[in-house]
Amino acid sequence: MGSVTSQSAQPADTRPVGAAPAAVSLRGARLSFGARTLWHDLDLDIAPGEFVAVLGPNGSGKTTLLKVLLGILPLSAGEVRIAGRPPRCGSPDIGYIPQQKALEPDLPLRGRDLVGLGLDGHRPGLGLRSRRQRRERVEAALAAVGGTGYGDAPVGRLSGGEQQRLRVAQALVGDPSVLLCDEPLLSLDLAHQRTVTRLIDERRRAASTAVLFVTHEINPVLALVDRVLYLVDGRFRIGRTEEVMTSAVLSELYRSEIDVLRVRDRLVVVGAEDGCHPDHGDVEPVAHEAVCHE
Amino acid sequence: MSEVLDRIFSFDGIGGLLGLPFVQNALIACAVLGLVAGALAPLIVARGMAFAVHGTAELAFTGGAAALLIGAGVGIGAVAGAVVAGFVFGLMGLRQRERDSVIGVVLAFGLGLGVLLLALYSGRASNKFGLLTGSIVSVDSTNLAVLGVVATLVVLVLAVLYRPLLFASTDPDVAVARGVPVRLLSVVFAVLIGLATALAVPIVGAVLVLSVMIAPGAAAAQVTANPLAASLLAIAIAELALLGGTVLSLAPGLPVSGYVAAIAFLCYVACRVLGRVRLRA
Repeated sequence: MGSVTSQSAQPADTRPVGAAPAAVSLRGARLSFGARTLWHDLDLDIAPGEFVAVLGPNGSGKTTLLKVLLGILPLSAGEVRIAGRPPRCGSPDIGYIPQQKALEPDLPLRGRDLVGLGLDGHRPGLGLRSRRQRRERVEAALAAVGGTGYGDAPVGRLSGGEQQRLRVAQALVGDPSVLLCDEPLLSLDLAHQRTVTRLIDERRRAASTAVLFVTHEINPVLALVDRVLYLVDGRFRIGRTEEVMTSAVLSELYRSEIDVLRVRDRLVVVGAEDGCHPDHGDVEPVAHEAVCHE
Repeated sequence: MSEVLDRIFSFDGIGGLLGLPFVQNALIACAVLGLVAGALAPLIVARGMAFAVHGTAELAFTGGAAALLIGAGVGIGAVAGAVVAGFVFGLMGLRQRERDSVIGVVLAFGLGLGVLLLALYSGRASNKFGLLTGSIVSVDSTNLAVLGVVATLVVLVLAVLYRPLLFASTDPDVAVARGVPVRLLSVVFAVLIGLATALAVPIVGAVLVLSVMIAPGAAAAQVTANPLAASLLAIAIAELALLGGTVLSLAPGLPVSGYVAAIAFLCYVACRVLGRVRLRA
């Protein structure tokens, strides 16, 4: 149950240590359901602007970790801080990008409404006060993802890629210091995967937003990843990509023979089939060619 | 043929009829119901709860029939039945498939029970028929007071919870992540539907509740994706159907529900055509 924690926060290394609080901080974190422990003794500090990919097989607690950070699930033990504060539901410190799921074509919602809900959808009331300020923020968020053109379009009639751009805008409209992404590239084609990762990368560089990116497939974000958190059956490793994504480390985590090969600029993991299929049997990701196939 | 048409479309003595107190009561009731139903309809459509509304209406019918039998107020029985249905359907959340079959089972049971209760009732036959197809004569000043209180309650709750409800109804995954109590809202919304349905049952009848609770929202969704515009349009359509239907039904002395359903349906068709044309343009 060891963890290799690299405490040096790469993107923030120009800054003196301790100048800014970690965007995300987990101390001795444990999560159990009854007798089953998903993970324990998890220590993780994510610096502002850092990009951390969370990898691992189904049921290893990747999404559960997001739920803890979102404040909708308490830790069984240990401590968690988001921008120095305990996580809170609807906190403006957090932006959340879900998996792309097709929206109903006749959903009574325009692009700008979807984005606006990310800003204040959790608040009671009709949202009639401070409408101008709200409109400006929504416009700015739409513009940042190149979505101004479909702000008035019914969301259900937009393409999956356009919808996912709106998802990015929805997550960023509150100006979060942490961006939590739950398989946001799943079922997107390669071009749209690139667009979404580019938008996320631009944001973290421009605003030092920390990114926690849950994915079953590291290649689309390989160039952006500062560190990897790899979870398998309660065991985990934290470290830079080249430290974690090795045959030795993954074989130890999976307790079976795993080979990690570098082919051009991609990582191919062989022998972890059980582990790297997406949680959703009904969704076959389009760009799934590199990992998991021998 | 023309005799039938003359029978259906007649305005003989309409002026006098409109002056009658029970007609005025009915028009006020319809206006209030139109506001409530129209405001809820777009959210009902967004949540895919048309069948749940139908099920709720049948349980309002069961409640009303039970109340008739034991000599309590039909309106109170309808509210009780509909609210119970609302709780049951609301607790089932948003899982469409499971909800569909449970509603089907509960609806059939409720309807059967209602028919049985009505058969045991030995009072006036028009009371029985009114529950199923509605009747404007049923609205008296007591009903009006109940209607006013319940409608105010529904509108107030809707105003306070509107944004999270819209969030939970249209984008449940992210709403959960943002800490919106989606499950609780699901129950609250189903109870709101139950209350509105219970108001609608005595006027348009259990069978035709969908024409005021669904049709306006479905029609509005065809022409606009703006939630606010959709709500206003749905209210306008619900008012048109209820008030127009009531006025049209007066002189012929035929059931109001047929007229209401017809107007709501025509509005839906018109909006659908309009939406199609705009999509092509």
